[in-house]
Amino acid sequence: MPLNSTRRAAALSGALALALGVSACGSSDSDAGSDETGTEIDCAPYEAFGDLDGTTVTVYTSITAPEDEPHIASYKPFENCTGVTIKYEGSKEFEAQLPVRVQGGNAPDIAYLPQPGLLQTMVATGKVVAPPQEVEDNVDANMPDFKEYGTVDGTFYAAPLGANVKSFVWYSPQMFADGGYEIPTTWDELMSLTQQIASDNPDSKPWCAGIESGDATGWPATDWIEDVMLRTAGAETYDKWVNHEIPFNDASVAEALNEVGKILKNPDYVNGGYGDVKTIATTSFQDAGLPVLDGSCYMHRQASFYAANWPEGTNVAEDGDVWAFYLPAMTAEEHPVLGGGEFVAAFADRPEVKAFQTYLSSVEWADERARTCGSGGCVTANKNADASLLENPVDKLSAEQLTDPNATFRFDASDLMPGAVGAGTFWKGMTDWIIGQDDQTTLDYIEKSWPKS
Amino acid sequence: MSTLEPTALPDKVSEEMEQTTHPGRPRRRRRRSAAGDAARAVTSPWASLVAVVIAVLWTIPTIGLFVTSFRSQLDIQRSGWWTSFLHPGDYTLDNYTQALSSTSTSNIVQAFINTIVITLPAVVLPIFLASLAAYAFAWIPFPGRDALFVAVFALQIVPLQIALVPLLDIYVNKLGFGASYWSVWLSHTIFALPLATFLIHNFMKELPGELMEAARVDGAGHVTIFFRILLPLLTPAIAAFGIFQFLWVWNDLLVSLVFLGGTPDVAPITVFIAALAGSRGSAWYLLSAGAFISMVVPVAVFLGLQRYFVRGLLAGGLKG
Repeated sequence: MPLNSTRRAAALSGALALALGVSACGSSDSDAGSDETGTEIDCAPYEAFGDLDGTTVTVYTSITAPEDEPHIASYKPFENCTGVTIKYEGSKEFEAQLPVRVQGGNAPDIAYLPQPGLLQTMVATGKVVAPPQEVEDNVDANMPDFKEYGTVDGTFYAAPLGANVKSFVWYSPQMFADGGYEIPTTWDELMSLTQQIASDNPDSKPWCAGIESGDATGWPATDWIEDVMLRTAGAETYDKWVNHEIPFNDASVAEALNEVGKILKNPDYVNGGYGDVKTIATTSFQDAGLPVLDGSCYMHRQASFYAANWPEGTNVAEDGDVWAFYLPAMTAEEHPVLGGGEFVAAFADRPEVKAFQTYLSSVEWADERARTCGSGGCVTANKNADASLLENPVDKLSAEQLTDPNATFRFDASDLMPGAVGAGTFWKGMTDWIIGQDDQTTLDYIEKSWPKS
Repeated sequence: MSTLEPTALPDKVSEEMEQTTHPGRPRRRRRRSAAGDAARAVTSPWASLVAVVIAVLWTIPTIGLFVTSFRSQLDIQRSGWWTSFLHPGDYTLDNYTQALSSTSTSNIVQAFINTIVITLPAVVLPIFLASLAAYAFAWIPFPGRDALFVAVFALQIVPLQIALVPLLDIYVNKLGFGASYWSVWLSHTIFALPLATFLIHNFMKELPGELMEAARVDGAGHVTIFFRILLPLLTPAIAAFGIFQFLWVWNDLLVSLVFLGGTPDVAPITVFIAALAGSRGSAWYLLSAGAFISMVVPVAVFLGLQRYFVRGLLAGGLKG
């Protein structure tokens, strides 16, 4: 696509939006509410924890710069209320480091766990402290969908925090308009659209995908299976599959895998911009969707957080360079949503830690998070948060999916399965499947690896 | 990241070897020795060719990384670095500007200072302790000396990863250091001591015993002998080990992450670089620029101390 005036204007507006976002979270001369002092909130809920002035709470997360600044900014109202200092630490090595620190006796006060599976591991160490009643009340009121994922063996341990939606297909609105393609509303429409794009455009492919992700290679393919499983087999079977009440090589899983194979293993449909089917295994998930920008690929299925991967200057909006549509269900009425999120686990039972947990589960925090958002990714699990405060278009779209009354929300299955499968053989099996292993062998392999207990 | 250093090695080594083996040439004509054969093999044109080929192969990834660090984000993600030679002039400094720009939660200057604060004591401490220990092992006879020396050296086999959790437990619960610089300095010292003791001991053992005897006749004690006579002679060995240890600590991510944590006020440059890519790795194109920023100091140190490095290697390796 040539760099025409529309595109330049789009790029300009993208840059402008970015500049506004930066000034909104960085300086105090922007409009009130989003400056460094934070919003005024009702401090009453935290007075019950006593005088906390001068205390410190350490927070350890996997969220690093630049996404950490908006997070830190969202703690301001709490700090103003209570005089507590929140000491934030983000690390890319979070998942490996947290168990070491907990076992070494150097645990943080609060950690944001990105997977329920990790929560189970942490609870098993006996160091996780259950939250106060206030947190549980907040969770019951604000995020009932997520509560069970923060619960281990019947005890509620961790309140949900952020959320992301995985059931998205990224596309270029311009290319769809040029080809006269409509956004599909059912799975059959999606498949016939795929067929049509493939026959209309011999030089490009309808889909692009990439599952390379270092030592987590394979996870984007597991999301594919989960999303399709949720559609072909339904939420109840999906739950049974997660809990291993049906075997991994059950017919329903085989059907979902077969359905995914119709796209990911069809050389006519993939891998736009990269080559044949096997290149899916070697293309990194960060780069996989980029061919959408230059026209060599039409659709890329990836979560809402993929918005951060578009190069600087890309206008991510309904009328911009790239946008996302909901991965359609079997019928237009059904609305299953696959998603993920973080959970707040505490390793200390000091009053200031409990007060902070209470704040993080409150509507006030979710709203402040939206206000200080910056570059996006600020959707929370909180259903009662004011969705109109979200400014980023992708965030708005994600929030719509999560709060849709027809939506059936399900958590990412590989995050819920035992680590040996969900962060091991499922990834590896899918990678082998991409490079040529057949369906049945793949499913048998994963089923055999399920821990017996 | 450290692929640049070895490239300088093969040529230099063979050069230095040529110099050092040169005086031995007349003697070799009289009597062929195994060492002579080895030296001749190393200086043959074929060996030089092989050395050059290895050097080139070894340098290619570094060159690729270097070229990549000047390319734009989309180019990095969509095509290989070698294709950039087809469009010269497309280079940009954006990656460096972005990598060097600091936010409230990450500041590269602070990270550099932290790394230096971590590195200097973590290099000086093990060298000092190891040279003292090496002196005792080499020149003070005491019962069980050899067994103890073997035991110290055997610790070299223990991977440091298995010591992380117990050490952290000791620092936090027994010593009360918690996450502080002391924990990192001590840990690096602990992990470095076996190799340091072994290297310096071997070097020290090579020195003529007459030197020590003469000093003792003149009334010098162990302390005087160590500081006035041995330490000046040890310079090449200390410098060689110093470079090893310096590079190791400078490039270390694991030990500082475990014992110090990654808060911006204490995090070293490696933590800064690792965080550059963003939470989900979306900004990985910045890593090549970040790598070169962090590489500047080690490369400078290596080039500055290279003389000692080669001398130290030769001192330990070519005896007899």
